[in-house]
Amino acid sequence: MTEVLDRPTSSQSVGAVEPLLRVSNLTKYYGHVAGCLDISFEMRPGEVLGIVGESGSGKTTLLNCISGKLAPTTGSIAFNSRRHGLVDIYDLSEPDRRRMQREDWGFVHQNPRDGLRMRVSGGANVAEPLMNLGRRHYGDMRQATMDWLSRVELDLGRVDDKPRNFSGGMQQRIQIARNLIHNPRLVFMDEPTGGLDVSVQARLLDLLRELVRDLGLAAIIVTHDMAVARLMADRLMVMKGGHVVETGLADQVLDDPQHPYTQLLVSSVLQI
Amino acid sequence: MTQEAAIRVDDLSKIFTLHNQGATSIGVFEALKLEVMPGECVVLAGESGVGKSTLMRTIYGNYLPTSGGVFVSHDGAPVDITKAPPHQVLEIRRRTLGYVSQFLRVIPRVSTLDLVIEPLLENGVELEEARERAITLLQALRLPEAHWELPPSTFSGGEQQRVNIARSFIREYPVLLLDEPTASLDAANRAIVVELINAALAKGAAMVGIFHDHDVRDAVATRLFNVSEYKAAA
Ligand SMILES: Nc1ncnc2c1ncn2[C@@H]1O[C@H](COP(=O)(O)OP(=O)(O)O)[C@@H](O)[C@H]1O
Ligand SMILES: Nc1ncnc2c1ncn2[C@@H]1O[C@H](COP(=O)(O)OP(=O)(O)O)[C@@H](O)[C@H]1O
Ligand SMILES: [Mg+2]
Ligand SMILES: [Mg+2]
Repeated sequence: MTEVLDRPTSSQSVGAVEPLLRVSNLTKYYGHVAGCLDISFEMRPGEVLGIVGESGSGKTTLLNCISGKLAPTTGSIAFNSRRHGLVDIYDLSEPDRRRMQREDWGFVHQNPRDGLRMRVSGGANVAEPLMNLGRRHYGDMRQATMDWLSRVELDLGRVDDKPRNFSGGMQQRIQIARNLIHNPRLVFMDEPTGGLDVSVQARLLDLLRELVRDLGLAAIIVTHDMAVARLMADRLMVMKGGHVVETGLADQVLDDPQHPYTQLLVSSVLQI
Repeated sequence: MTQEAAIRVDDLSKIFTLHNQGATSIGVFEALKLEVMPGECVVLAGESGVGKSTLMRTIYGNYLPTSGGVFVSHDGAPVDITKAPPHQVLEIRRRTLGYVSQFLRVIPRVSTLDLVIEPLLENGVELEEARERAITLLQALRLPEAHWELPPSTFSGGEQQRVNIARSFIREYPVLLLDEPTASLDAANRAIVVELINAALAKGAAMVGIFHDHDVRDAVATRLFNVSEYKAAA
């Protein structure tokens, strides 16, 4: 019943290229409650993976485990880091793992308040990752910050304003800049456009799609929105009750879903 | 040396199973075989609902066959697109295999010119050259210049269709799938599309097409392929 419907050749394995990420038999329980169950997959550099499923299916749990925010109950996560090569992230010492997260990863939260420091300016929020990496040249950091603020289409005149003075959409842009400025190899996004008005959401999605493509970024995007999945993802994993029930090329999963649950999920949204 | 087929469909069968409608099975085709050589335009025939679009989408890797394979000649070697991993399917679509459907399904809010340029940029063509080629093609398709900087979402059906065609023909794909690309076009624009198709064939492209319009079909088809001959037993 919980068999994973995978496409004929395993899309779980990336083949000859060394994977960017390898998740093996990952399981997370909260006490007796299953968060996610026995999940295995690989990702290639530059690949955009969408994780879809209804609320409570385990998407956030999976993302938090992979990104080192939440220790899994069992299973392993190997990441190909600049400094260590392909290593199990929980085999690294705590300081090494934290450094690897700062250097190689970004994490865009659904709620900007979870991803921004609300007491410091928008500009400082964007520059902070560079400072955390030990950059000390103030002029260069200021320049990089300005570049990123303009890439995410924010008014440079407002660089010193605090996040609370920006709208939700603009806060999300600050969060995106903050998570891309250090040139990460992998960016995690949990419902990145979830809390926004539809029109703001659309513009932010355009921006994200453009950035991901231009930078050749690898990304894992959690969403319950099939339109977001279609627009952003190369590949999809469909989750239900903590399990991955189907995985494959994004347009194939959406246009010719095989699993009963995926068929239900796809048929319950309007065609785009 | 014999020439390699651009597309080889091998014993392809497709049954849709609709799990949430009492697990209804819709058998479409069975043990279907088809080879398309460079320079050929094979036009799919058969009444509505026989499975022409399903065959085409399966060749594109968009639908998953129940059994059999579809070998697309990619970088000089046949690759079974139905069993290729997602990144390889995307790579085949980027460089080898184009698809023009009746509907424009593109990124919302991106301008027409940017949409047409995108496939070139993705393949490493310089922006200046890409712009020139896009403009030449949009002019040939007689899409008014005032439209170029606008996203096509508000365009008429025929205008959207021409953006769709421009986006696919600009790439000069070695293998091209055309699902009623002229459906919403007037006679003059149909004639332009026929010219584009014939020019691509002359350069050695391989095509599979579905055309309701008999004039278009007669003007481009090198042969017909009747999908109903492979109809799955009910
Ligand atoms: N901190 C937690 N403590 C206990 N149970 C949790 C916690 N976080 C999530 N869960 C449970 O784990 C399951 C998966 O939740 P979650 O990963 O948040 O799903 P999703 O992101 O798909 O909505 C749900 O049953 C949820 O109630
Ligand atoms: N995604 C799909 N899911 C379920 N059934 C489908 C799907 N696509 C096509 N079909 C069914 O397959 C059959 C063939 O359809 P199609 O390939 O569109 O025919 P044609 O293009 O020849 O008119 C029809 O019965 C259609 O309802
Ligand atoms: Mg969640
Ligand atoms: Mg059709």
